[in-house]
Order: sequence, then C-alpha cells, then structure tokens
Amino acid sequence: MLDIHGITCVFGGLTALDDVSFSARAGEITGVIGPNGAGKTTLFNIITGIYTRSAGRITLEGSDISGLPPERLTRLGLVRTFQNIELFGKMSVLENVMVGLHTRSRSGFIACAFKLPQHLREERRIREQAQELLEFVGIADLADMAAANLPFGKGRMLEIARALAVQPRIMLMDEPAAGLNSRETWQLGDLIRKIRETGVTVVLVEHDMELVMDICDTIVVLNLGRKLAEGTPRQIQENPEVIAAYLGDE
Amino acid sequence: MRRELIKFALFAAVALAVPATIKGGYLLNVLVFVGINTMLAVALNLLLGFAGQISLGQAAFYGLGAYLSGILTTTYGWNPWTAMAVAAMAVGLLAFVIGFPILKLKGHYLAMATLGFGIIIYIVLNEYVDVTGGPSGFSGVPGLGIGNLHFDSDLKSYYLVWTMALLVMLLAVNLTQSRIGRALRAIHDSEVAARVLGVNARLLKVQVFTCSAVISCLAGSLYAHTVTFISPSTFGFHFSVELLTMVIIGGLGSIYGSCLGAALLTLLPEFLRTFQDYDIVVYGLLLIVMTMFLPGGLVQGFEMLWAGIRRLWPGRAGQDA
Repeated sequence: MLDIHGITCVFGGLTALDDVSFSARAGEITGVIGPNGAGKTTLFNIITGIYTRSAGRITLEGSDISGLPPERLTRLGLVRTFQNIELFGKMSVLENVMVGLHTRSRSGFIACAFKLPQHLREERRIREQAQELLEFVGIADLADMAAANLPFGKGRMLEIARALAVQPRIMLMDEPAAGLNSRETWQLGDLIRKIRETGVTVVLVEHDMELVMDICDTIVVLNLGRKLAEGTPRQIQENPEVIAAYLGDE
Repeated sequence: MRRELIKFALFAAVALAVPATIKGGYLLNVLVFVGINTMLAVALNLLLGFAGQISLGQAAFYGLGAYLSGILTTTYGWNPWTAMAVAAMAVGLLAFVIGFPILKLKGHYLAMATLGFGIIIYIVLNEYVDVTGGPSGFSGVPGLGIGNLHFDSDLKSYYLVWTMALLVMLLAVNLTQSRIGRALRAIHDSEVAARVLGVNARLLKVQVFTCSAVISCLAGSLYAHTVTFISPSTFGFHFSVELLTMVIIGGLGSIYGSCLGAALLTLLPEFLRTFQDYDIVVYGLLLIVMTMFLPGGLVQGFEMLWAGIRRLWPGRAGQDA
C-alpha cells in the first residue's frame, strides 16, 4: 500500500537516512523501531511532506506521492499523528475533531458567514460525526473541555480521533505510546487494533517494545539511518544484528 | 448557537438605542467613527485574532476604499453605491493577488511586508496629486442616499454606519463559529497540525486577508461619504498601529472585544484632549500595560469581573459548581 523506495536524507554533512526501502501492506500494522537517532521521525517527516528528501521515491497504492505537502496527502488518504501531541489547545475537544472533518465539509466563507441552510445541515452532521469519533476512542465525556486541559493520555486519544476524522486509508503514528502509563499503553494497543479492523492501514514508530511486538504484523528496524532488518515480531526478536544494535555488540 | 444570537440581539438593540439617550450632536458624530472603527477592528481581528496573521497595513485598504469611492463619485460622477461595490471588488482582488506572496511570510517578516504595503499606498495617495489631490486632500465627496433618503445628518449617518457595523459583526461571529473559523483558529494554534488534517492553510490565510481587506475598504467608502473630505494623513502607518491597539485592547479573537477597543480608542482622545500630540505614546503604554496584565483584552477583564461578582453571590455560586 505504502512503498518507500531508497529514501535518503542529508542534513548538511549528516546523513540521517541512507537508502531506506520498505513496504507497509494494506490492512496491516507495520512498526518502525530503532535506537534513538536511527532516523525514524525523520522518515515520518519525509513521508508526510514536512521535510524534503534528498533522494528516493514514495508511492501510495502505486501513485507517486513523494514531496507532496501534508494537506494534499490528507486528501489522498494519508494522515499522521505527532510525537508531542499537536492539539489546538484553546479549542474544545469536540472542536478539535471537527477541524479533522474539515476536508469532509465544503461550506465557503459566504455560506458560513450568512449561515446558509446547507452550512447549518453540514455543521450538524460534523458535530454528530465528531461525537461518534470521540466515543470510538473513549473520551466522549470530555467533549466540551478545552483541549489544553486534557491529561496527556486523553490528549493522545483526542489526536487519534482527530486523525481518524479525515477518514484515512493509512495512518502514520509517531510514538503513540510516548508519555503513556502502562494501562494507557494497553488501551492504546487495543485502539490501534480496532482502527485496523475498520480497514485502516497503520504504520507506527515506537519505542515501547512490548507494544510493538504485541500489535505489529511486520517490523522494520532502522539503525543509524539504515534499514537493519525487516520481518515478523518473532523474526526480529531472534535477529542477531538487531540484538547487537540494541544491546551494543562486542 | 441560540445564546450567541440573543447576545447579538441585545448588543444590536443597545447600539441602535444609543442616539436616543444622548443630546450632544458632537458625541453622536464621534460615535459614527466608533462604528467605522469597529468595522476596521473586526476586520483586523479576523486576521490577527483568529488566523494569527499580523497586518500593519490595514490603513491602506481603508484608504483605498475612501479614495476609490471619493474619486469615482466626485471625479467620474458614479453612483456612490456602485462605486462602493466596485472599490470593494478591486481591493478584494488586489488583496488576493498580493496575499499569496505576502502571507508566505511569518511573524516579523509578515509585519514588515504589510508595513511596506501600507507605506506604498500612503505614498501613492500623497504623490499622485492629479488624481488624489495629494497632501492637501480631496474634497467634495457626495453624501450617500437611498431614493429620497439622504444620510445628511449625524443621526442618519449613525444609523447607516451602525447598520453596516452590526452586519459585519454578525457575519464575523457566524464565520468564526463555522468550519472556516475553526480552521483559522487551528492554523493559529498549530499550522502543521492543521495542514496534516487537510486544511489548506495557505489559501485560507489569503482568503481571510482578502475578507479583512474588503471590510476595511467598505469602511473607507463609508468614511469618505460621511466626512466628504479625505486626506492621506488619515490612512498612514499611525492609524494601522491604532487599529492594532484597538484589537489587542479589546481582546484578540473576540468580535465584541473589537467593538469595545474601537469605542475606547475613539472616545478616549476626545476626553483626553491634552494628550493629543502624545497619543501614540498613550497607545504604546496602553498596549504594554494590557499585554502584561490583561493579555485577553477588555473582554477578558469583563469576564473576570463577572466571575468575581458571581463568586460574591453565595446563592448563585452553588449552582455554578
């Protein structure tokens, strides 16, 4: 579904990513792991059009999406979440999700300013859909709270609900378990599986090994900007190179 | 939704009832300018308070509206309403075209670019003497009228200007509560997150900039027809800063706050005549004091006051908890 071909990224003299290739298959959860500085977040930022790649190609279901800006990618069905959750703090929880529904509504300046009937209908629909999404991630009771006041774990859930609002075909999650306690991490694992069941392909960068080994179908290991290994959780756990990269080899 | 409508209806009723409570013609005349400045402050607030994009060139759009209306009606004999509509369209188009390169810039650079635009327009108004009359101004702009109704007294002007101002406020309130308003606030909070959710930040910023320019232009047309004499000094950098002060003092992101800010900064100089030459110093001090102690503006001040009053009321406090 999402194919990464030979992505290279050079910052000044530093090669952050060197000829990385892998594929995320439709309907699967693919995990990208690696020690700190392996280039995981850089890779995500390149795929989602925030950084520019030095070389390589990215395709989504066969069509070239390399270098497209984030708003275009969203319209093609690719969405992401951030490591440090990027919520719209002054807006309510519900409104945050409603922003996610932006691409699924079309009233312009005139329709909105004059409250034309189609805009009012659309607004009601968006509100209901946003409420449903909050129920899906389990924070419907917090709908009217200001997003900035949410505890971190709930904020993470909100960010996921907001990303789901754009009805993605593929969702990239940058360290979704970062900052979560173990109970929240379990809930997150269940939620990610639930998201896959709705037909969304998931790619995640993650440090929490337990979570990755538990939910991922395929794991890609990066180290120092290169792909070290790719395989099922079991294969990765038994791969001597991976063990060496994580534990340091002698 | 409904509460918002009631709030607006109350506000409109008060605004339209004001002339009945004052006798002095001079104060009424000042209140006409409060109306015009409200339109300008609301326009800037859409851009600054919601989308988070600064403009130090708002006075230029205001000036363009005034001069286009003045020149088209006086020199070319156009119908004032046609001239107003044409001016608004022309300025809208101009803002849309310059918006794309200008709004690529952020922060200080955006401030500088809009400042530069404001200065260019100011120089054109001053130097293109054959058309604008230059520094000595442009006089003889006709008043507005609908059929036999001529807006020739302060009272009539008051109702004309305030009808427009209230309309602009209502539309702005509606806009800010819609998907467009949410997208603008999202851009303000985190542009990258908004873009990841599919919000076309670049286009939206240009659109709200255009919208802000058109409202300012309409205010300029109203100004020209109300005052009948216009000169470039009204539309300089000084006035752009004054508008900024109105918006910040009133409260960023509050439409009613913009009206409060406009009222305060329009009425204050009238009461503080002695400050006349130092008014920019007073504005500067006001800005510093406000941003230090009341960053949410007057509206925030009122909200805090209201919360305080409710706490003092033991019976009510229980219900709120």
